[in-house]
Amino acid sequence: MSTPDFQLKGSTVTVVVLELHRYTPELFPAQLEERIQQAPALFQGSPVVVDVEQLLIPEGQLDVPGLLDQCRGAGLRPIALRGVGESLAEAAADSGLAILPAAASRQRRNIREEAEPARDVEIRTEQRAAPAARPTRTITRPVRSGQQVYAEGGDLIVLAQVSEGAEVLADGNIHIYGALRGRALAGVHGDAAARIFCQHMDAELISVAGHFLLSDGIADTLHRKPAQVALEGDALSVEPL
Amino acid sequence: MAKIIVVTSGKGGVGKTTSSAAIGTGLAQRGHATVIVDFDVGLRNLDLIMGCERRVVYDFVNVINGEATLNQALIKDKRTEQLYILPASQTRDKDALTEEGVAAVLEELKGRFDYIVCDSPAGIEKGAQMALYFADEAIVVTNPEVSSVRDSDRILGILQSKSLRAKEGEEPVREHLLLTRYSPARVAAGEMLSVADVEDILAIPLLGVIPESQDVLKASNQGEPVILNDEAQAGQAYSDAVDRLLGENRPHRFLEEQRQGFFQRLLGGGRG
Ligand SMILES: Nc1ncnc2c1ncn2[C@@H]1O[C@H](COP(=O)(O)OP(=O)(O)O)[C@@H](O)[C@H]1O
Ligand SMILES: [Mg+2]
Repeated sequence: MSTPDFQLKGSTVTVVVLELHRYTPELFPAQLEERIQQAPALFQGSPVVVDVEQLLIPEGQLDVPGLLDQCRGAGLRPIALRGVGESLAEAAADSGLAILPAAASRQRRNIREEAEPARDVEIRTEQRAAPAARPTRTITRPVRSGQQVYAEGGDLIVLAQVSEGAEVLADGNIHIYGALRGRALAGVHGDAAARIFCQHMDAELISVAGHFLLSDGIADTLHRKPAQVALEGDALSVEPL
Repeated sequence: MAKIIVVTSGKGGVGKTTSSAAIGTGLAQRGHATVIVDFDVGLRNLDLIMGCERRVVYDFVNVINGEATLNQALIKDKRTEQLYILPASQTRDKDALTEEGVAAVLEELKGRFDYIVCDSPAGIEKGAQMALYFADEAIVVTNPEVSSVRDSDRILGILQSKSLRAKEGEEPVREHLLLTRYSPARVAAGEMLSVADVEDILAIPLLGVIPESQDVLKASNQGEPVILNDEAQAGQAYSDAVDRLLGENRPHRFLEEQRQGFFQRLLGGGRG
C-alpha cells in the first residue's frame, strides 16, 4: 500500500463571526465598511463565519449570494454559514460554503433580547478552542509605516518605536518601549483584560478587545508621555504610567 | 569586500540622483574604486548629472540581456579616477531589470569595485525594491517635510523586511539618514521639520545634512557633481557625509540660519 501524499488533521482556528441581526442590502455595505475601518488589519482577508441565526427578518427573504458578495466586496472571506434554518438550506448549499450548526442558540438569544443591538451588524471574534500558551513575541527593531506585527496567542513586546502608519496587534498585552505613533490593538480576539503599555503615547489608534480610541480621544496631558491603556467596562481608559 | 550602497527615499525629487552622483564621486576621490549604477529605468538622470549623457552607448539592461558586456556599458568618468557609471536604459520598461539579471551584474561589479552605489527610482514598488534588494548599506534621502519623512519610514520598513539580508536572516542593512534640501531659515520659520524632528521620527543615524542651495541646480545643469565644488556649502556638506560614511568623525555644519549682518538687523530684517 502506498502512503498518501497528504495528511488529514484536526485543527482549531480562530475565526471572525459576522452575526447578522438585521439585513438591509442598501445599508449593509456601508455599515460593514465602517466596522472594518476600525481595525482594517484584523479584518482584511480574514475568514468569516456568517451567522444568520439571530436574523430578525423572515429567513426566506435573505438574498444569500448578495450578502456574501457584499462581504467579499468589503475584503472579508466568508468560509461558512451558521444557524441556517430550513427555508435557507437550499440557498446556503448553493453558496458552496460550509454549513455549521447553530451555536448554543438558546442561551445567546436570551442575552440578545435583553440588550437590543444598535446596529445590524456585529463583528466579533471567537475563540473556537483555547490555544496552548505561546511565548511572547519580541521585536527589537522599529515597526515602520506600512508594516504590521501580530503576536498570535500571546503578548507583544516592541523594544523600539512603532511609526505612524504602522500597526501592532496582539491577542494579549502590548508593551512598547519606544514611541507609539501608529496603531496598537491588544486583545484582538476578545481578551478584555489585555492592556497596552507605552513609553511615549502618540498613537493614531488604540484598541482593547475591539473597543477603540482615535488620537483625538486621548487626553492632551498624556500626549508623548508614558501611558497605559485598559478596558473599563465598555470604555477604554488611558492613564499615566 | 565590495560594498553595495543603495541611495533610496520612497518619494521622488528629494535628491537621490544628486546624492548618488556626489557620494559616488566622493568615494572615488578618496581612492576607492567606485561605480554608480542607475536603477531608474525609463528616466535615466544619472548620466545627465554626471555629464556623460553623450557617451552612453550600452546600458544596464543591455548587459542583463547579454547584448553588451559590462566593459562596453561602463562609462569611465573623465574628471575623477577610479569612477565609473553604469547608465540605465531610457527606452525599456521597468520590468527589464530581473532579479537574476541584476544579481549577475552586481556579482561581476563586486569583483572590480570597492563601492557599488545604486541610484534608486522613486516609489516603494518593484523598481525601488530591486535597487535595494542586494544592498549592504542604505542612504535614505529625506527632505525635511512630513510626506518625505513618512515615505522614508516606509522604505526603511521595506529594507528591513524585503531585502536579501532580511530574507537570509543576515545582519540587517546598515541605515544612514541623509537630510537634503535643508533650509535653516524655513525651519526657523516653522515651515519645515528640523534635523531633530526628523531624527526623532526616523530614529536612524544621521549621515549628513545638505543645505538647499542654488549651487546644486547649477552643478547638475553643468553635469558636474556638486561635491566637486569646494566653494559650495552643499559640496562641503556632501564631502563631510562621505567622510562619515567611511567612519570619520565630522561635526555637522550649515544647520543654523546664517547670521545676518549688523546693518540688516538694524534695518529690521532680523527675526527678533
Ligand atoms: N540640496 C539641494 N538644493 C537645491 N536643489 C536640490 C538639492 N538637492 C536636489 N535638488 C534639486 O532637486 C531636484 C531633484 O533632485 P534629484 O537628485 O533628481 O532627485 P531624485 O533622484 O530623488 O528624484 C533637482 O532639480 C535637483 O537639482
Ligand atoms: Mg533620480
